[in-house]
Amino acid sequence: MTRHPVIRKAFFALALPLLLLTAWWVATANSTSFFWPPLSEILATFPETWFNGRMVQDVLPSLARLGVGFALAFVVGIAGGTIIGLFPLLRALTEPVMEFFRALPPPVLVPVIALFTGYTGSVGKVVTIALGCLWPLLLNTVEGVRGLEPVLIDTARSYRLSLWRRMLYVVLPGASPRMATGARQALSIGVILMVISELFGANRGLGAAIVQFQRSFAVPEMWTGIILLGLIGVLLSVTFQFFEKRVLAWYVGQRDIERGA
Amino acid sequence: MPMKTARLADEATETATLTAETKAALDVRSVQKTYEGQGRTVEAIRELTFEVGPGQLVCIVGPSGAGKTTLLRCMAGLLELSGGEVVLDGRPVTGPPDGMAVVFQEYGRSLFPWMTVRQNIELPLKEKGLGKAARREAVDAALAAVGLLESADAHPWQLSGGMQQRVAIARAVAYEPSVLLMDEPFAAVDAQTRAELEDLVRSLWKRLGVTVIFVTHDIDEAVYLGERVLVLSNRPTVLLEDVAVDLPPERDQLSTRSAPRFGELRGHVYELVQAAKLGQRPGGDVEEP
Ligand SMILES: Nc1ncnc2c1ncn2[C@@H]1O[C@H](COP(=O)(O)OP(=O)(O)OP(=O)(O)O)[C@@H](O)[C@H]1O
Ligand SMILES: [Mg+2]
Repeated sequence: MTRHPVIRKAFFALALPLLLLTAWWVATANSTSFFWPPLSEILATFPETWFNGRMVQDVLPSLARLGVGFALAFVVGIAGGTIIGLFPLLRALTEPVMEFFRALPPPVLVPVIALFTGYTGSVGKVVTIALGCLWPLLLNTVEGVRGLEPVLIDTARSYRLSLWRRMLYVVLPGASPRMATGARQALSIGVILMVISELFGANRGLGAAIVQFQRSFAVPEMWTGIILLGLIGVLLSVTFQFFEKRVLAWYVGQRDIERGA
Repeated sequence: MPMKTARLADEATETATLTAETKAALDVRSVQKTYEGQGRTVEAIRELTFEVGPGQLVCIVGPSGAGKTTLLRCMAGLLELSGGEVVLDGRPVTGPPDGMAVVFQEYGRSLFPWMTVRQNIELPLKEKGLGKAARREAVDAALAAVGLLESADAHPWQLSGGMQQRVAIARAVAYEPSVLLMDEPFAAVDAQTRAELEDLVRSLWKRLGVTVIFVTHDIDEAVYLGERVLVLSNRPTVLLEDVAVDLPPERDQLSTRSAPRFGELRGHVYELVQAAKLGQRPGGDVEEP
């Protein structure tokens, strides 16, 4: 089993989840508790709950709002963070404001934004997600740009690289490890806000569906929603790592060598 | 050994012969540099004045911390002066000038880790507007010259320190600058490679007619490479002596280094650097730093 590296990796990745599932299965097998239905029952409810239209009407709209909100925050955060990071004066000016907004727990934004955009439409939810994702992206980008190796900047200057080449070949790649850190934090905040933004008004969406199940005492269905949410989180994280590995291969390689030395 | 007080007279005659042909390529006029930090000011360069003729190869030696890197960065337009000016081809240097390449002392950190060796060398050539084929040719030639052709597709961090240093040199060479500033460029390479790279610098210098300023802490190297050796004092730095290297222009690792005149020059520069370390300053006075 441990001979092939891929199998070995898969084994380590799956061992604990399987163990936990087994424990859950065994612990709830003979459960008669209303709130802790047997896992077998939850899994049996899964297809009928989600594959009879809810996937398209609830899950996809939620994910689309997450995607749009995250993308907005990504573009604004990286563009804004790069500009702020490049100019010390601008940074000094904006730092207190950014720290203030970062210190606010993002869910607090939900009712405030709803005041302006209403509870039911998608706009308010997208804005909530985008605002929550913005701060980690923005602040990490600022730090990444500010922490660029000075000798590299001198090199770029002495070869008289034009502004856009400096941006494209020096500043953005140099700050990209920090941008990735920001994006990872933003993504997990985004998933949280995706759910929370749907909890207030009665409407559709993955988060709204889970709350409706809970309110109507459809307990196994509620559990399937939680499992689905977890699976989406894992999927997003795996996708993220896939891209990160490609874009930041140089960073990982360099770091590994420095650690080994 | 008495300090050469006839320096000014020497320089005057040299300037006269230079202006007869063309103006100095690089003119360092009363340059001063004091670093101002938070509550800490460091007077790195007190006053430096010298000229480098077009196509000259000048070596700079001096004790560690004397301000050699500071001087180079001032000449490269990367550092604001506290006084005086640097004039390149008749124009005052206010920022990094056109046609100048710098090999930094922190060679490893001057290479872009997200690019391969080839991309690192190519980037300045792209900026210069060279076409794809011309770039490829220039990169291959420069890599072959430093013996790194087979590492073209590696990333800098996959190479040893000496190899990284050679990549930084190849990048500067491929750029075909008219002025080349090098800050202890051979510090991390082994003796054999070092000798090869020294001859490479000499041959490129002759072939391209580039003006070279070469900072080194190796006295033999300074005498072997240079037409002149500028010896700097301790910090705050002034020029201790401008030693003319009157060795024949054809240099060879074996015969040049064993020539009696080489030994004399080497001894002279060695004594100057020793004196500089002990705080000797022009005019014979010793000043505590
Ligand atoms: N950015 C800086 N801020 C303050 N002081 C500095 C700075 N850079 C250099 N110095 C100081 O200026 C002096 C000259 O430094 P410099 O690096 O030019 O010396 P160097 O001759 O190149 O030394 P080495 O041979 O060790 O490379 C040193 O005392 C150093 O501490
Ligand atoms: Mg130095």
